[in-house]
Amino acid sequence: LNHIVHNGGLYKRPFNEAFEETPMLVAVLTYVGYGVLTLFGYLRDFMRQWKIEKCQNATEREEQKDFVPLYQDFENFYNRNLYMRIRDSWNRPICSVPGAKVDMMERVSHDYNWTFTYTGRVIKDIINMGSYNYLGFAQKAGTCQEAAAKVLSQYGAGVCSTRQEMGNLDKHEELEKLVARFLGVESAMAYGMGFATNSMNIPALVGKGCLILSDELNHASLVLGARLSGATIRIFKHNNMQSLEKLLKDAIVHGQPRTRRPWKKILILVEGIYSMEGSIVRLPEVIALKKKYKSYLYLDEAHSIGALGPSGRGVVEYFGLSPEDVDVMMGTFTKSFGAAGGYIGGKKELIDYLRTYSHSAVYATSLSPPVVEQIITSMKCIMGEDGTNVGKARVQQLAENTRYFRRRLKEMGFIIYGNEDSPVVPLMLYMPAKIGAFGREMLKRNIGVVVVGFPATPIIESRARFCLSAAHTKEMLDTALKEINEVGDLLQLKYSRHRLVPLLDRPFDETTYEETED
Amino acid sequence: VQEKEELIEEWQPEPLVPPVPKDHPALNYNVVSGPPTHIITVNGKECINFASFNFLGLLDNEKVKSAAQASLKKYGVGTCGPRGFYGTFDVHLELEERLAKFMRTEEAIIYSYGFATIASAIPAYSKRGDIVFVDEAACFAIQKGLQASRSNIKLFKHNDMADLERLLKEQETEDQKNPRKARVTRRFIVVEGLYMNTGDVCPLPELIKLKYKYKVRIFLEESLSFGVLGEHGRGITEHFGINIDDIDLISANMENSLASIGGFCCGRSFIIDHQRLSGQGYCFSASLPPLLAAAAIEALNIMEDNPEKVLRLKLSLKLESSLYEISGLKVVGESFSPALHLQLEESCGSRENDVKLLKRVVDYCMNSGIALTQARYLEKEEKCLPPPSIRVVVTVEQTEQELDKAASLLKEAAQSVLN
Repeated sequence: LNHIVHNGGLYKRPFNEAFEETPMLVAVLTYVGYGVLTLFGYLRDFMRQWKIEKCQNATEREEQKDFVPLYQDFENFYNRNLYMRIRDSWNRPICSVPGAKVDMMERVSHDYNWTFTYTGRVIKDIINMGSYNYLGFAQKAGTCQEAAAKVLSQYGAGVCSTRQEMGNLDKHEELEKLVARFLGVESAMAYGMGFATNSMNIPALVGKGCLILSDELNHASLVLGARLSGATIRIFKHNNMQSLEKLLKDAIVHGQPRTRRPWKKILILVEGIYSMEGSIVRLPEVIALKKKYKSYLYLDEAHSIGALGPSGRGVVEYFGLSPEDVDVMMGTFTKSFGAAGGYIGGKKELIDYLRTYSHSAVYATSLSPPVVEQIITSMKCIMGEDGTNVGKARVQQLAENTRYFRRRLKEMGFIIYGNEDSPVVPLMLYMPAKIGAFGREMLKRNIGVVVVGFPATPIIESRARFCLSAAHTKEMLDTALKEINEVGDLLQLKYSRHRLVPLLDRPFDETTYEETED
Repeated sequence: VQEKEELIEEWQPEPLVPPVPKDHPALNYNVVSGPPTHIITVNGKECINFASFNFLGLLDNEKVKSAAQASLKKYGVGTCGPRGFYGTFDVHLELEERLAKFMRTEEAIIYSYGFATIASAIPAYSKRGDIVFVDEAACFAIQKGLQASRSNIKLFKHNDMADLERLLKEQETEDQKNPRKARVTRRFIVVEGLYMNTGDVCPLPELIKLKYKYKVRIFLEESLSFGVLGEHGRGITEHFGINIDDIDLISANMENSLASIGGFCCGRSFIIDHQRLSGQGYCFSASLPPLLAAAAIEALNIMEDNPEKVLRLKLSLKLESSLYEISGLKVVGESFSPALHLQLEESCGSRENDVKLLKRVVDYCMNSGIALTQARYLEKEEKCLPPPSIRVVVTVEQTEQELDKAASLLKEAAQSVLN
């Protein structure tokens, strides 16, 4: 495929993405760490079984003790013995708007995280590096909030009906026209939940006899949608165009597995920005492949809409491509628009078909009116149609914050994954003990971060994930960087040896999800 | 290699979507201008609303709206994250506590989308190899949850306990052949309190007996019966006077009686806590916007403080008995169900023609000021497709005169269209 060989031909700007290799010593120590935890886990289970230690798990009713057990003991081993130790890093309750600074309710545990009690104190002004607030529209005052308040008093909060019955409000039609204009497509349709947008519309588009080519690290909603559709699923290595091309060639040449009949359709599922890796999809190459092999492209822009591109139109604008090349443009309103819900945009035939056959249009309640108004106001702001420059300024601020933050972290010596321009910044921790320690140390210093471990990531690659926002000022970022530096020295997290290996062949992890054959 | 190139050149895929005819009944939506409350403006015409599931009339309640406004001023609109990552607000925790207290269970968990509630709850417990006995008339969300779980599904005839017992006995004989496998195969019965597709109530006392006899767990879906059945609106368990701990999981959505968005599951902590890590719609999706949670809390307050609202609904239901006297259309559903179906007494041969006929009835009523809708289904996807019908929803806000007007209009419409 010679027009891809010269990257510069397809890409109008440099594409800098790297995943530094895990240092060997670190990998070994991480495995040792998990091994120790597992041993202790067995020991504690043994002690609980023999009543030496008090069992604090909730248990089955006396009347139902002879029913088949609801959970396998082993299923919950990880939960009981590893997750429970550092459970306080997640589900942190907050009590203010999730903007650049947030207030958190303090909670303590007297029994090693089995139960929590709230002290009643509120920790104020924690720098929020965990919420998906890319353009800073999570605000409790301002034009968006006022417009939403007006619509709330006029329309109420709920809708009590589905789109096809009595739930199609004039607000929904206004929203869909605006979304279509924003994306540059013919038509669009909005849904109440981003997760459900994928899981309910992919089955409407493909079925038995079709082939889905899905990226290794796709989100759970795409995986669920692909499984529910009944089509055959094949997985290609993360962002690896050679792997994708091989699968496409094989599919067309060999046809369906047993009958050798040709496939009805081939659908490629990719995301704009992958939220756990921080990588950006190689869209120009994917589109070139899709055109050559006559397949269809489903692009999930949950994290990239509003966050990439000079005017916030997403990954298509970032690469300077035309939205007509993407068959199905899907995205969510939760991240960059400060609301809730999802949308799908594309040609008019596609959207008409979805209006008739999408599961969500027939059986699920439509979007709540004040939420719709928030989306409309924030979208108009980003487009500049409210008469100010606020939208454009925010998009630029986010890009600047991203570059600055990533550059400084790399200079400090941390291993950072992903693309230079992606506002999702994963910082590698690797060892299980450091997951809990990092989260707690940062909270002590008044910075809220998100840490992720197995099963959301491969077992030795646990990480902390920072989500940058246009609402973060340079002072906030500098404070955060200073604290990260300190904690990095304290916990010895500066693993980087500045040996950047572009596009490492990552091992295919079968625990992510299974492949289904017909 | 030459051959491969040729094959690639020759292959032509189907178009991404087949074209949809312009006059497809589901393509042209009714446009509601303004709030979908008791008096609703549909396609420019003002009508009385008999189509939205606003059973207790809480959609435009001022207290609910002001609670939501206060929440909007404090939190903004969106939560910008899933529950695990700074998306848990104190309103969510409060709503969960209130729901658990109201339903008298240990714990409750909230979802941000009604459809996703039961569709995520079932696959969290039932996996490949487990057995689920489900009623034929189960709603689409339950069907999707079952499909996602990959368990063995056994359908039993609608509300037919004898058929269910037969299936359970068959399973018992299977178990005796392979006791080792039987010890690890979980079994579930999934039923709805008030069925959306037929308006019937499930016979819960018999189900409880079957549960203990054959050692099967019960999952109850109470989207329509929450806020409607029972003295205080606690649902079908209160209606039949059953101990709520006998039901393993109750799932409901807050989009009907509570006039908000989202759904919840409640039950013992042993069961509900599991969904916090394995409910897909809970872990991988943003949490419910706080203003909707605050609206739900206030709606719950009103329900608790004014149990007479639930009683007034029952009175309204008694008044709609005049619907039973329409010739050409038969009423499907229990007398105390607020969401009824009107089906054609005699089908005219094909589903398409039935749908067209019912559309004319609905249009006649809409033109005269009563807003109705046909019940919508995905014809190719449903396991047991119900016959076409008109959905009639009785709410607490409709007066006696309005109910009479609706009944007489339907009579007129049926006479003019069907004769």
